[in-house]
Amino acid sequence: MTRILKSILFATTVLAPAGLVATGASAQTATLTIESWRNDDLPIWQQKIIPAFEAKNPGIKVTFAPMAPTEYNSAVNAKLEAGTAGDLITCRPFDLSLAMFQKGQLAPLNDLPGISNFSDVGKSAWTTDDGKTTFCVPMASVIHGFIYNKKAFADAGVQIPKTEDEFFAVLEKFKKDGKYIPLAMGTKDQWESATMGYYNIGPNYWKGEDGRKALIAGKEKLTDADWVEPYKTLAKWKPYLGDGFEAQTYPDSQNLFTLGRAAIYPAGSWEIAPFKAQADFEMGAFPPPVKKAGDTCYISDHNDIGIGLNAKGKNLEAAKKFLSWVASPEFADLYANAAPGFFSLNSTPVKMQDALAQEFVSWRQNCKQTIRPSAAIVGRGQPNLDLEMWRVSANVINGTQTPEQAAAETQKGLDSWYKPAK
Amino acid sequence: MSKARSAPVRAAFIHLALIAYTLVALFPVFLTLVNSFKSRSAIFSQPMALPTPSTFSLIGYQTVLSQGNFVGYFQNSLIVTVASIALVLLFGAMAAFALSEYRFRGNTLMGLYLALGIMIPIRLGTVAILQGMVAAGLVNTLTSLILVYTAQGLPLAIFILSEFMRTVSDDLKSAGRIDGLSEYAIFFRLVLPLVRPAMATVAVFTMIPIWNDLWFPLILAPGEGTKTVTLGAQMFIGQFVTNWNAVLSALSLAILPVMVLYVIFSRQLIRGITSGAVK
Amino acid sequence: MSDTEITDIETVPVKRPIRWHIAVFLAPAFLVYTAVMILPLIETLRLSLFNIVEGQLAFVGFNNFKTLFGDPRLSADFWNALRNNVVFFIIHMLVQNPVGIAIAAMLSLPGLRFAAFYRSAIFVPTLLSFVIVGFIWKLILSPIWGIAPSLMDLVGLKWAFAPWLGKAETALIAVSLISVWQYVGIPMMLIYAALLNIPDEVLEAAECDGITGWSQFWKIKLPLILPSIGIVSVLTFVGNFNAFDLIYTVQGALAGPNGSTDILGTLLYRTFFGFQNQMGDRSMGATIAAVMFLIILAGVALYLFVIQRRMRRYQF
Repeated sequence: MTRILKSILFATTVLAPAGLVATGASAQTATLTIESWRNDDLPIWQQKIIPAFEAKNPGIKVTFAPMAPTEYNSAVNAKLEAGTAGDLITCRPFDLSLAMFQKGQLAPLNDLPGISNFSDVGKSAWTTDDGKTTFCVPMASVIHGFIYNKKAFADAGVQIPKTEDEFFAVLEKFKKDGKYIPLAMGTKDQWESATMGYYNIGPNYWKGEDGRKALIAGKEKLTDADWVEPYKTLAKWKPYLGDGFEAQTYPDSQNLFTLGRAAIYPAGSWEIAPFKAQADFEMGAFPPPVKKAGDTCYISDHNDIGIGLNAKGKNLEAAKKFLSWVASPEFADLYANAAPGFFSLNSTPVKMQDALAQEFVSWRQNCKQTIRPSAAIVGRGQPNLDLEMWRVSANVINGTQTPEQAAAETQKGLDSWYKPAK
Repeated sequence: MSKARSAPVRAAFIHLALIAYTLVALFPVFLTLVNSFKSRSAIFSQPMALPTPSTFSLIGYQTVLSQGNFVGYFQNSLIVTVASIALVLLFGAMAAFALSEYRFRGNTLMGLYLALGIMIPIRLGTVAILQGMVAAGLVNTLTSLILVYTAQGLPLAIFILSEFMRTVSDDLKSAGRIDGLSEYAIFFRLVLPLVRPAMATVAVFTMIPIWNDLWFPLILAPGEGTKTVTLGAQMFIGQFVTNWNAVLSALSLAILPVMVLYVIFSRQLIRGITSGAVK
Repeated sequence: MSDTEITDIETVPVKRPIRWHIAVFLAPAFLVYTAVMILPLIETLRLSLFNIVEGQLAFVGFNNFKTLFGDPRLSADFWNALRNNVVFFIIHMLVQNPVGIAIAAMLSLPGLRFAAFYRSAIFVPTLLSFVIVGFIWKLILSPIWGIAPSLMDLVGLKWAFAPWLGKAETALIAVSLISVWQYVGIPMMLIYAALLNIPDEVLEAAECDGITGWSQFWKIKLPLILPSIGIVSVLTFVGNFNAFDLIYTVQGALAGPNGSTDILGTLLYRTFFGFQNQMGDRSMGATIAAVMFLIILAGVALYLFVIQRRMRRYQF
């Protein structure tokens, strides 16, 4: 045993310096590292985006280093504090990135060439409260709605529902036919219930930006009818979900739908690319149904992803070059088409090839856009409103909490720290 | 040695119980392996079925082997795991020996101090550890991981080993001292061989969290040259899309080396006991 | 800390010369452990006495602890996590350890065939990564893909199936049992080693006295392996109150449904590192960590100073 120990010890003392040498020798050309949570996009960056940039900028090499999304926030924070983070940091929207900027970890980008390619709305998720400083280049937004199985709709002989009554009629029809699970959604992972449920259908009730701003101003409360009603509608989804939906995870829902066993999938536009790759049937999409025919429709069009500059990075100049390229129409076109469902925030319109993506983006013409209500300002305290809404939305659908209780709980949590500016 | 006179009925019952539990233990593992050889839709449509010609697919393994340098990742994981185990065993046994063998002032306090580490997850010290590694120039080296895992494994190793060392016969050690053996010789030549089973147990316990750890590789050594298997497999778990084929394949592959290490150590465990040195 | 202790040895009038070897034996472990583990942890725990006041990190004494136990929401979260953790621990003590001991007892019977195979097979789950354990059990218990439902159907128990992981009443038990499944190997190995360590002479003497089978296990073996059972219990205690990964992979960082599987480890992780749109709160996280540390310390101290002292140790 001791002989084994000794030889192992010897082996490691020899091998360890070898590791040191290997990492010490890579600082000749400027190498940029992008920290990201978008594991999903690895091939897109490696095969399309980075080669396009490197071809134009010899002397700069770019590495896309994604990690598991659940680890991203904590890992990047630890690395930023210790000074080992990459040069470019992918930005979560709103308060998380704002906190990084306030700590001096992200650099201001007001004078970055190309940042003017974005409207104030596009930049809103990565701009200080006073609207003066922008600290990330906006990359994309995501839109909520419902994706449906065209074959299932044809089988059942139903049309796209425009109003809520029609929506439930369609669900009822599928339930009666019994061939398809009407709605592919579970409550196990909680976030689906809020993100694809409450945030998806809610804007039609609280009237998008009007309601969201009134909530921030303290003029409306989460216990008001406009905010409780979407929970009531969600509670009515329960009979149309699959058996044992309480233990149905997010990948379960995705698979149920793409394997053709469910008719309608409450969705975010990010599903477009993976669904296209996996489903062997035609898919369509419709926006959240309005209450009465003729009502104004509202959609959640949420700024989701940006990219910022590590203020303590080693290659600031090269990194800025990369960022202004990200702000260019060329990048917008590349990214929007490589990752359909992530819609460019660039003011220059992007032509998208994907029909389903076009469908989603066409709603912008008739419907008013808003962002998720828990994202900005009311989302920066404890308890975190976003996570609270995940939890109660799941409870409401599970039937373990009434809509009124759910609303009261979230409002109570908000009251405990949030004082609207007068 | 044994009289091997167990009644056949009793033996049958014992085998029945053990087989039943073995099935419980292995069934999920079997499912993992089976599903790693199937296409995505087959994983979810018939998770229990064996791969048939129509559902058989090596897509997961192909993805794993084409994405990133998995052979290199395996090497990194092995180096880190084996080196950390070796250090934990050596340092841990030495400290445990000192604590269990000698009476000196502060013995209990020292024992308690060294046991503190099993009470707080080391993960909490992440930021300070990372800063320390930056200062020492060890970021993105396997050495940094080995240091962290050694520190992480020591408290438990010392705790278990000193417990076992107390059962080593005093007569044997006294005899050694009378023969003029140095304290080091007593430790390395007399005591260490006797606690081999305990060392093997500690090795197995130390190995598992190290091999499966995701956090420290992510923070301390995320570079391509120092990635470990677990971190590499994590690449396939995305925000919205999880490539289950690749995850299952990568992790199925990752089971093999730990199995081999485990078999080596458990051999040690048995051989140490049956060699009869003690009795 | 120990430098003083070790130098103490020199100043203490002892019969023998200065015992440098004690320092040599302790030094490597002490140094690595102190530098890489204790100092960083102290750095973190120190934060439990600090908090951000008007944008600056300031010393606040025990205010964080007051907040943790005084704030209705935080204290509710904490007590909920502690209660769940106790249940988690009890299930391990009642299921994992007895099963582990039983298997070890059967495996250690002389002349048992295939013992090595059983031992290795039963240990395999312990070797698995949490990612696999989480994935495969979610798949088995899933009401949609139906491994558990169809298996239960085979034995006519389909009616008893429920989406256990998704129900607040059953989720904690289900997750605990998954954890038991994964870790049964550890008590099994430790007890097995202890049982093999019992000298044959003792057992032969017992057999001469006509003590065999069950009564041999209860009267002879069990008392001899009590110290090992003590270690196993304390390890289970420490492991359970530090547990995190399994709940995190099976139920997510929110430990749903409705916080019903939240244990101290997941609460700590969420608070310290943050999750999704919730920002990490180092001070509050460190406070929870300090409380967890005290809980575990109390348990271990109870073992070391009360239980272990009363236990007889046998030297063979």
